[in-house]
Amino acid sequence: MEDAQPAEEMNGLPPAEKANDYVEYEAELDTSDEEDIRNTVGNIPMNWYDEYPHVGYDWDGNKIIKPERGDQLDNFMEKMENPDFWRTVRDLQTGQDVVLSDKDVELIQRIESSKIPDSTYEQYAPWIEWFTSEVMNMPIRNGADHKRSFIASRQEAQRVERYARLIRAGLLKTREQKRREREKKRERSFYMMWSTDDAEDQHMRRITDHIPAPKRNLPSHAESYNPPPEFLFNEREMRIWKKQEETPWKRKLHYVPQKYSSLRQVPAYPKFIKERFTRCMDLYLCPRARKMRLTIEPEDLLPKLPSPKDLQPFPTIQSLVFNGHTDMVRCISIDPLGQYLLSGSDDMTIKIWEISTGRCLRTIPVGGIVRSIEWNPNKALSLVAVVADRKLLIINPGVGDHLIISKTDSILSTPPVQETIVSDKVKAVVQWDDATPEEWENGIRLVLNHFKEIKQVTWHGRGDYAATVMPDGANRSVLIHQMSTRRSQLPFAKSKGLVQSVLFHPIRPFLFVATQKNIRIYDLVKQELFKKLMSYAKWISSMAIHPGGDNLIVGTYDRKMLWFDLDLSTKPYKTLRLHSTAVRSVAFHKRYPLFASGSDDRALIVSHGMVYNDLLQNPLVVPLKLLKEHEDCSDFGIFGVTFHPTEPWVFSCGADKTIRLFT
Amino acid sequence: MPMQKKKFQSGEGARYVTRRAALNKLQLSLKDFRTLCIIKGIYPREPAHRRRAQRGKSGIHILYLKKDILFLLHEPMIWKLRDLQVHLNRLRRAKGMHQKDLIKRYANTIPRVAIDHVVKERYPTFIDALRDMDDALTLCCLFSTFPKLKSIPPNLIALCRRLTVEFMHVCIAARALRKVFISIKGIYFQVEIKGQAITWVIPHNYPHEPQKKQEVDFYTMATFADFYSTALGFVNYRLYHNLNLYYPPRLGSYNAERLEEEILEENETSDRVAALNLPLQKTAEDVEDPADAELDLDTFAVDGDESKAEEARKEYEKVRKLKKLFEGLKVFLNREVPREPLVFALRCFGAQVSWDETTFPEGATFPETDETITHQIVDRPDLEKQYISRYYIQPQWVFDCVNARELIPVEKYFIGTPLPPHLSPFTVEYRTQRYVPPEEKALTDPSVIVNKDQELLDEISDNDIEDIEDDKKESEDETMDADDEDLDEFDGEMTEEQLAEIKRKKMKVELGMPEVINKGKLRREHNQMKLLKEKMIQKKYRNLYKSMKSGRMKREKEIKLLKYKRRIHERTSVENKRAEIRARRAQAATLM
Repeated sequence: MEDAQPAEEMNGLPPAEKANDYVEYEAELDTSDEEDIRNTVGNIPMNWYDEYPHVGYDWDGNKIIKPERGDQLDNFMEKMENPDFWRTVRDLQTGQDVVLSDKDVELIQRIESSKIPDSTYEQYAPWIEWFTSEVMNMPIRNGADHKRSFIASRQEAQRVERYARLIRAGLLKTREQKRREREKKRERSFYMMWSTDDAEDQHMRRITDHIPAPKRNLPSHAESYNPPPEFLFNEREMRIWKKQEETPWKRKLHYVPQKYSSLRQVPAYPKFIKERFTRCMDLYLCPRARKMRLTIEPEDLLPKLPSPKDLQPFPTIQSLVFNGHTDMVRCISIDPLGQYLLSGSDDMTIKIWEISTGRCLRTIPVGGIVRSIEWNPNKALSLVAVVADRKLLIINPGVGDHLIISKTDSILSTPPVQETIVSDKVKAVVQWDDATPEEWENGIRLVLNHFKEIKQVTWHGRGDYAATVMPDGANRSVLIHQMSTRRSQLPFAKSKGLVQSVLFHPIRPFLFVATQKNIRIYDLVKQELFKKLMSYAKWISSMAIHPGGDNLIVGTYDRKMLWFDLDLSTKPYKTLRLHSTAVRSVAFHKRYPLFASGSDDRALIVSHGMVYNDLLQNPLVVPLKLLKEHEDCSDFGIFGVTFHPTEPWVFSCGADKTIRLFT
Repeated sequence: MPMQKKKFQSGEGARYVTRRAALNKLQLSLKDFRTLCIIKGIYPREPAHRRRAQRGKSGIHILYLKKDILFLLHEPMIWKLRDLQVHLNRLRRAKGMHQKDLIKRYANTIPRVAIDHVVKERYPTFIDALRDMDDALTLCCLFSTFPKLKSIPPNLIALCRRLTVEFMHVCIAARALRKVFISIKGIYFQVEIKGQAITWVIPHNYPHEPQKKQEVDFYTMATFADFYSTALGFVNYRLYHNLNLYYPPRLGSYNAERLEEEILEENETSDRVAALNLPLQKTAEDVEDPADAELDLDTFAVDGDESKAEEARKEYEKVRKLKKLFEGLKVFLNREVPREPLVFALRCFGAQVSWDETTFPEGATFPETDETITHQIVDRPDLEKQYISRYYIQPQWVFDCVNARELIPVEKYFIGTPLPPHLSPFTVEYRTQRYVPPEEKALTDPSVIVNKDQELLDEISDNDIEDIEDDKKESEDETMDADDEDLDEFDGEMTEEQLAEIKRKKMKVELGMPEVINKGKLRREHNQMKLLKEKMIQKKYRNLYKSMKSGRMKREKEIKLLKYKRRIHERTSVENKRAEIRARRAQAATLM
C-alpha cells in the first residue's frame, strides 16, 4: 500500500476523482435520514441473499438486483488494468464496488499502525493546568469553616471506643488474628503420652493378635553409591535385567547397582516415591500371618544312621567280571556250597562258571530265552531248574561232587510209579517229558512243557518242590511241581491278577504270591489266605525274603523298594527310594545282615538290613554302598542280583552281557 | 433331634470376613474404610486354610479378622468421618450454588478428625512406638521434601519437616547415631534409642517428580503421613522430656528478655532450628551428659554368663568411644556438599560444623577463613585457595569413619583422589552365607591387603598371569559341574602297573614310600555316601531339604560369581597399570 500510494498520486487518473466524488456523494447521503439506507434489509448476514439474484430492497420496496460480476478472467483483467483495483472494496449491502478515497486509506493505515485514527488530533499539545497543583495562599472560598471541622467526631470516638473495648475483651479480632486462630485450632498439640517406657495400659482395647509388620531389609553393599567393583552388573547381567522388564519380580535385585565417583554426582532415586507408596500399600493391604523361621541347617534333616564303616563287612569293590554270553544275561544263581555260578541269557544258553577263577565250565543250549534259573537248595542233589520260554528244564549241571552227580542221575533215571491219575485240568497245563538222549547228553534230565510262557521258577527250601509262574495263565498262572513224584498241582482256583513272582517261606509252609500291586501269603497246609500285604506301589517286580522269614523286601518298577515286617503290619515298614529307575531285582544274604538291589540305572546298591531278635526293636536299614560298574545297554541296567551263600559277596548280571562279582 | 450345625458358623469360616462384607457391616465407603484401616492399623490376615476362610469360594479375597472389624465398629472416629462427609457435601453444594458466605463459613469450619487416642491405642508402650518409627521417619522425610501438592493437606508438609528436624535434634542431643550409609536411594541413618535400632532414609536432593496417577496415590500416602506425623510428634515430646529439653525446641542462645510468646511464634520451621547447628536449651542444667552416662553392667554378669557380660561390656565401651568420635574437630562444609545429612552426622559425634553463609543463611558459626578449622569437606576435583592448616577431604570420609567407629586415615579421601568403595554397615545382620568383599574383610582383619595391585605389579610375571587364567578355567569348570564327580581324576599319582612292578622286584630293602591317599576317590566315596543318606530322608522333609539345598547352591553360585568378577576386575586393572608403566617407559626412552 505504501508503494501503491505514490503511483496512484503520479497517475492522478480521473477514475480516482470519480470515486472521490462518489464517496462525497455517499457522505452526503449519510447525513440524510431518509435516503441513507439504500438497502432496507437491516443489519443481517448478507449471505442469506447468496441464492437470490437480489441483495435486498430499496426504500420503495423494489428489489436491489446484484450487479453483474465477471468471471475470474475478467477479475484478472480488471486487476491488471485498473490502477485502483487495490483500493476497491465491495459493499456487501449493495453489492457495488466502492473505490476508497485517499482519506479512507489514510484512516485505515493509521489504525493498522496503531496510531490515533484522527490525523488532526494533537497528541502532544501543551498541558493546560485547569486546577493548579501549587498551594495557593488565599482560599478560594471566602466563608469561615464550621466548628465541626475542628472538633473530633463524637460518634467516631464512640465507635473507636467500642471497638477498643471489644478488642480488649477479645470479642473482635482482625482477619489475621482469625486466620491464625483457625490455624492453631487445626495444629496438633503434643503432650506426654507415655509416662514410662514400657508400662502398658491394660484396660485399653487393642487389635486382636497383633502381628507387627516386618521391617524393610537393610541395604547391602550393592546399593552403595560407590560399591566394590564386583557388585556392578556385567554385560550378561545387564542383558538379563533388560530381558526381565516384563517380569520384574524375577530379578535378583530391584535396582541396577551404580557407581559414582563422588557424592555430588548422585542423582535423586527416581523410584523413591513409588517404593514408599508400595511400602504403604503393603502395610495397609498385605495379608499378614506368623511364619516360623527355620534355624536349622539342611544337614540336620538327614537321618541319624550309623556309619557304614561300623557295619562292615560288605562288598565294596568289583573283583571279577564273567565274560562269555553273547546277549544280555537275565538271571544268575549260585550253588548251595558257593562254588559255582549259573547264568541264563537271551542267547538261549546257560553257562556254569567257577566262582574262584571266573572260568566258564559248561555251556548248555536250552533252545529258548532263559528268564529264570535257580539252583536246587538241597545240597545232596545236583540239580538246577531253568526256564526257557514255555519249558521248565530240570538239569543236572555235572559239576562238583561226582557222587552227588551220579546219585542225582540215578534218582532221575527211573520215573516213579504214578499212583494217582493226573487230572485233565493239570494235563492241559503241563506235561512231564523225559529228556531225549541228545538232551540227556547236555545234562537235561526232565522237561516240563507248560501251556504259556514261564516267567519265574523257585525251589522250596527242601528241594523237592518247585513253583513256576506264568503271568498270562489267569487262574492257572502258578504251578507247584513235585520232583519226587513228578506231579504238578494248581494251587489256585481263581485268578488274583497278574502274578509277578512267587516265593516259598524258608521255614514255614507259606507261599508268597506277588501280583501287580499286592502280595498274598497262603498257608499251604491249611490251604487258605494267611495275610495280604499292601504295597501301595504301581507294579511289583521282584521280592526276596529274609532268612529269618519275618521280613520281606519288594522291588517295584516305580523305583521303590519296600521293606515289610510281617510281624509289624501289612503295610510297608520302610519305603526306600534309592534308585532313580525301576528296580529289577532284590536279594537277601543268607548269613550277613545285607541286602542288595539292582536297577535299570545300572546301580547295584548294597544295604545293611539288620533284624533283631528282640521283637520290640524295629529292623535297622542303612544303605551302604552304591556300585555302578555295569555299562549302559539300551536303557537296561542290572537284571539279576544274588549273594554268595557264605561270603559277603554279591553278583549281578546285566544287559551288558556280563556278570560281575563285588567283594 | 438336635439342631443341625450349619456350615461356616464356627471355625475358620466364621472368623474371617471379606472386605466387601466389612464395608457393609461398617456402612462406610471404601475410601473412608481405607483411611480408617490405615490410621487404626487394621490389616488383612492370611488364613491357614484360605478355602475354608472364604467359605468355600475360590480365588483370593481380601480377608479381615471379624474381631478386627468389630473393633473398628466401636471406633468414635467413624462418626467423625461421617460428619466430615456431611460437611464436605454441604460445602460442595454451597460451591455449586455460588453462595459465597456459606462457602466461606464451611471452608473455615471443616471438622478435624483427632487421632491422638489411636496413637496410644496402637502403641501402648513407648518402646512399641519406637519400634515402628522406621517407616514413620522415612515417610516424613520424604514428605518434607515435597512441594505444595493438591492431594496433600497444606500444613502436613511443614509439619513433617518440623518433626523430622526435631527428631534429628534429639538424636544429636542424645548422641544416638550408630550407622550411616550413602546408597543410591538416599542416605541411611541408624540411631539407637532405648535399645531400639531405628533406621530411616533421607532421599537425595530433589526427589519429587510427578507420578502417574495409576502408580502412586498421594492421598493414601498423606493418610499414612498424617498418622505417622502425629505419632512422631508424641515420640519427640517424650524424647525431649527424657533429655530435659524444652519442647518445642528452644535454641541455647535464647535470652530471657525475649518473650516466650515470641519464641513460640518463631514457628516450627525456623531456619535457625533447621540448621541443626546450635545446641538446644535444657530445662535443668545439672543433668549429666548422656555420652558419659555410666551403665551398670554388673547386673548382666549376675544373670547372664561371664563371656556374654564381657562382650556386652566391650560393645558398650566401643559405643562410648564412638559417641565422642569427632570431638575436637572443626569442620567446614563447602557449598557443593549436602549440608543437612553431613551436619547431622558430624554433630552427632561432637564435631563443630559451619558452612558458607550464602548456602544456608542461619546457623553458620564460623567463616571459612577461620584458621582453627581442622577439616574442610569438599566434593570437587580441585580447589584454588587452600589452607595448609586443614585437611581437604571428601564427604565419604565422615561416613566411613562412623561405620569403622574410629578416625580412619585421611590420605585415601583427599580432594581429587579416587575414593575407596563405600561399604554397607548393615550386612553384619545378614546370614552367614554371604559374599564378603576384601575391603570388608580388611576392616575386621588388618592382615588382609585390599589393594594388591602394587604387589602384583612388582611380582607378577607372565607365567603367573597364565596361572591365574588356569585357576579361572578350573573354577569355571567347578561352577558348571554340580556334583564335582568328574573333576577329581587328577590325583592318581600311582597307577596300578607301577605298583605291580614294585611288587615284582626282588627282595631287598628299599626306601619306604608314604601311603598314597587318593583324595579324589575319598571325596567320591564321601559324596556317594551322602547321596545315599540323602535318599533316606523322611518323605515329609524331602522337599524342605531340597529347597534348602537349592537355596544354598544358589547363594554359593552368587558368591562364586562375585568372586570371579572381582578377579577379572583385578586382572584388568593390573594389566592397565602395567600398560601405563610400559607406555611411560617407552616415552622416557624416546625422550632420552
